[in-house]
Amino acid sequence: MTDGLPKPPSGGNGRLLPPDAGRDRPLFVVAAILVFLACIAALGARGAWLQAQRWTTDLETSLTIQIRPGESRDAEADATLAAEITAGFDGVEQATSRGRDHALALLTPWLGEGNLPDDLPLPLLVDVRTRPGSLVDTEGLQARLDAEGMTARIDDHGRWAQAVRRAAGTAQALGLGLLALLAGAAAAVIAFAARASLAARLDVIDALHLCGAEDRFIAGLFQRRFFMLGLKAGVAGAIFAGLVSLLVSLGDAPADMAFFLPQWASDPFEFVLLALAPILAGLTSAISARLAVASDLRGRW
Amino acid sequence: MRYGRGPEILRDLSFDLPRGSFQFLTGPSGAGKTSLLRLIYLAAKPSRGLISYFGRDAATLPRNELPDLRRRVGVVFQEFRLLGHMNVFDNVALPLRVAGRKRQDYAEDVAELLAWVGLGEKMNALPATLSGGEQQRVAIARAVVGQPEVLIADEPTGNVDPEMGMRLLRLFAELNKLGTTIIIATHDLQLVRMLDAPVMTLSNGHLHIRPPRSERLRMREEAEAEAEAERVSAAPAVAAPRTPDPDDPSNPDTDMTGGHDD
Repeated sequence: MTDGLPKPPSGGNGRLLPPDAGRDRPLFVVAAILVFLACIAALGARGAWLQAQRWTTDLETSLTIQIRPGESRDAEADATLAAEITAGFDGVEQATSRGRDHALALLTPWLGEGNLPDDLPLPLLVDVRTRPGSLVDTEGLQARLDAEGMTARIDDHGRWAQAVRRAAGTAQALGLGLLALLAGAAAAVIAFAARASLAARLDVIDALHLCGAEDRFIAGLFQRRFFMLGLKAGVAGAIFAGLVSLLVSLGDAPADMAFFLPQWASDPFEFVLLALAPILAGLTSAISARLAVASDLRGRW
Repeated sequence: MRYGRGPEILRDLSFDLPRGSFQFLTGPSGAGKTSLLRLIYLAAKPSRGLISYFGRDAATLPRNELPDLRRRVGVVFQEFRLLGHMNVFDNVALPLRVAGRKRQDYAEDVAELLAWVGLGEKMNALPATLSGGEQQRVAIARAVVGQPEVLIADEPTGNVDPEMGMRLLRLFAELNKLGTTIIIATHDLQLVRMLDAPVMTLSNGHLHIRPPRSERLRMREEAEAEAEAERVSAAPAVAAPRTPDPDDPSNPDTDMTGGHDD
């Protein structure tokens, strides 16, 4: 270059698409809210799954043996014997006989204290805790108890565990469905915004076209712009969702409510989810913006 | 050519722009100059007829081949069409950036071109802070920076002083010497007289092409020689009629119809 000529400006290339804060700010807020809701839905589904896991584990590692009082039988003695017999079975960790006081305590919330006659025959319970993952031969146990002449009924909680699993599955499916709906809504909002942005900047698009820009070059500009917007909105939404989840966990939510609330369990899943959310939001924005702009440009000559 | 269901703006035009040629396009306002330029720089499709562009039929050109052809054409718009959010340097560098060239490869060339058009000190300025003439020079620099094969300029000297107008015309002439085909649409007859170039005149949607002055002089000399020969052979001699001024573009007698007349 000839000496004395002015130097080109330092720094990188200027932005080809003009900044559009007036349009971008509300879009940022909408995208951040959608990401927040998506994270809450995902964390809620995860919380429901964890809760269901805990409940089903509790149910699956316990049995209850009901000893019905029979004529000329001492129910307390039967319950103690049943506990001893059960403790000797494979897979049983602990078997505890519960006396009449325990049975009365279970009825107190419904019937009130001291309202039952002393001679009322009550079934007694034996709580059995099994080792996780091991199967107890309940048919063999039933046969042994029957052989002792007592009237015993074994409840392995299977139908309850199944109901909890079903409920957890439904909650998870709802969460994932909600996630899909929110992703679809985000994609539609971004596509609409990208089209509006394209229409508002036809002067720039015309200038770029007449300078020889290819459609994919122009679509790439919108793609990058909306990726960044989605990414930033995703970061904001994910941070807010993480904070809300943490607050819910610190609060004293009742167990039945906790099933549907996002719980912060501080396990890797939460961190991965919250880290992935902005990236997924950015990618969803970028892809929907690119497709919308490319489709609009195809209609022009 | 027509817009929507409106009347035909241009009809029955037939002309050829030889590679490396230089021509002016004139005509009254509303004659269709801008529409013709839009057809030439591929911003509009003809509603009928054939435009052969670098050997390709523009009407049947697939969309994905347009960018390559557009890169071979530089356009100076009457209304400049600069990007207001980008500085002068980035505006001028736009065709190079769009073509995928790296900034470090073109930065000095762009700076040199800007210095040449007198905007070396305003590379960082935004277009809104420039005068009309300065914006026009930015638009011209943007059109020529990619060394296009065809340069189309719509009133390129309309907003500059005569000295800068001369300088810009010299730039166009230099580019033409290097092989660039130039079309300048202008109302400025002074500008038209400065170069020995054919003049295309649009009127009522029709085109008349007037050959360059040198060719018209040659034609006049030939005509005069023929007349002289006839006068010598004929007796008695009478006064020859005055030959019209070939430089007067409004004189229909000097027009050579390049298109289809009514």
